[in-house]
Amino acid sequence: MEILTLLLGVEFWSATLRIASPLILGTLGELLCERAGVLNLGIEGIMTIGALVGWAAVYQGANLWMGVLLAAVVGMVFGWLHSLFTVYLGASQHVTGIGITLLAANLAYFFYRVLLPNVTTPPKIIPFQPLPIPLVSQIPLVGQAVFSQTPLTYLGLLAVAVVAYVLYRTPLGLAVRMVGENPAAAEAQGIDVFAVRTGAVVAGSGLMAIGGAFLTLSAFDSFFVNLINGRGWICIALVIFASWQPLKALLGALLFAGFDALQIRLQQEIGAWIPYQVFLMLPYILSILALTVMSRQAGYPKALMVPFRKGER
Amino acid sequence: MNRFVRERLSFLLPVLAPLLAIVTALILCLPLITWTGVSPWQSYGVMLKGALGSSFALSETLSRATPLMFTGLSVAVAFRARFWNIGAEGQFYAGAIAATLVGTGYLTLPPVLMMPLILLAGFIFGGLLLLLPALLKVRIQVDEVVTTLLLNFVVLLMVSYLVEGPLKDPSALGWPQAMPLTAQATLAKLLGRTHLGLILAILSAVLVWIMNSRAVLGYRMKAIGANIRAAAFAGIPIDRVILFTALLSGGLAGMGGVCEVSGLKGYLSLDLSPGFGYTGIIVAMLAQLHPIGVLFSAVFIAAIYVGADAMSRSANLPSYLADVIVSTSLLCMLVSILVTHRLRRWK
Repeated sequence: MEILTLLLGVEFWSATLRIASPLILGTLGELLCERAGVLNLGIEGIMTIGALVGWAAVYQGANLWMGVLLAAVVGMVFGWLHSLFTVYLGASQHVTGIGITLLAANLAYFFYRVLLPNVTTPPKIIPFQPLPIPLVSQIPLVGQAVFSQTPLTYLGLLAVAVVAYVLYRTPLGLAVRMVGENPAAAEAQGIDVFAVRTGAVVAGSGLMAIGGAFLTLSAFDSFFVNLINGRGWICIALVIFASWQPLKALLGALLFAGFDALQIRLQQEIGAWIPYQVFLMLPYILSILALTVMSRQAGYPKALMVPFRKGER
Repeated sequence: MNRFVRERLSFLLPVLAPLLAIVTALILCLPLITWTGVSPWQSYGVMLKGALGSSFALSETLSRATPLMFTGLSVAVAFRARFWNIGAEGQFYAGAIAATLVGTGYLTLPPVLMMPLILLAGFIFGGLLLLLPALLKVRIQVDEVVTTLLLNFVVLLMVSYLVEGPLKDPSALGWPQAMPLTAQATLAKLLGRTHLGLILAILSAVLVWIMNSRAVLGYRMKAIGANIRAAAFAGIPIDRVILFTALLSGGLAGMGGVCEVSGLKGYLSLDLSPGFGYTGIIVAMLAQLHPIGVLFSAVFIAAIYVGADAMSRSANLPSYLADVIVSTSLLCMLVSILVTHRLRRWK
């Protein structure tokens, strides 16, 4: 009965969407990279440095949107670095991704410490405030939950629609899907495989960085070490769970965030009897379970993790 | 004549390539240090002295290298068979948990029996932890990269629970740390801070090397890594070899955890490993997955960390700089590897 009142409450759905926002952005970014045939394991680090850059810019006096933009640009730079190795040089995507993650995350922590050498409690900024959209935010439950979010959440939802439209309804999206399925055929069609893959990785990394920036500019108001805490890896699991489809990715992220919101409530209710670490483990275990369940249906892009070399078959 | 040139190239390059990568990384990170207003040459001088300049520094570097040797070997064994184990961090902690369960006084045994027992327990814990993703991979094709990564977080939370709950040391003044290992379960010290774990790591590397170059199993792992379809066609039992690779890889990382707890820290806590598992990937890549090379690259990487610690103390630079240098050297190494391959093809 209590669960029912919880599920009918606005706060629960509102919290779900809030928790889902960085995951939606990160998952979309990863999906874009993988659809073009590049596994981007740099996501964890790119989200970290996005979170730092966004926060640091605002902390230094920049506008909130300027922070988002800078985060996206820095994310794109790391995405470009990733594509330089994996697309042009054909290096191992696993090792490159881990390298990018380690480099980006540690650079973020380094800059954070240089910026604030002797601070124990992280300083706060004024984050994005909820922006209720007139009229629709008055609709009971759905409207109240969906349309009273911060602007970055709207941006995430918009990104789902844009990515889905571009992927399935435009020549550009067709090119992206082609280089991820059969790059040789794409090349025969006169598509520049390297350019399309690079573009997808750069754009995807920008989305990931905005996902990271959501955490410091919207969900919380400060940066700290281990802020991302595996969210990037969860996004990679969500991409597989979503079978590389943007709308399913949205659904997956919401489902996942719903469980997370439920878990937080449960922790408040029965936390006294069960160690809190069990609750914190749930997201990771849930991701592994989701992978296990969905692995049979997984329709991998055929050329995922296969570097393309001109003139080779 | 051409042949001669190629032989000489392939002998020297595996040694030169990682050195070049590290030097390039150090140069690339110069602007970072300059940017903070510290003289870079002076800081690199402090770094060199702090890592290798005295017998104390040297023992510190070698003791820091010991866990990296284990995680590096773990990664090298797995990657050679193209089994992407990114979970050495978790397996390292699993080994440390095993050492704590066995070695904190529930069991009293003479050291001669106790030491092999906790090493075996750590090996089994680490190996079993990696066996789960390996089973998921061979049975239902679940990608092992994501599962091993996610398990790291699960294991770390497990450690957090254990050191705050059932294994908590009541005399630690409220600090979340497990009870200390008994004297029987403590590895002997060698020089300064180095301990018997260093010898064990070298021994493990030699054993892995022999397996790689002399044993059928090592050959099968390499064959699977080189071309899984050809390996299957040649009748190699793919699934069984991958499961065994996982057991060995996880086990090596687990032994690393045992040695760190039993040789250096003395007790299990949440800060046992500052990312040894992830750094192990860099160690293995610098060594181009060669087990003996892992020993040397572990010392190099450890020297950077220890040196950077000294530098951050003297110049007040964040110690994350070491992580930045080390991860840059991984990316430089990737370039080195590619260039090496090109050079070999040209000749």
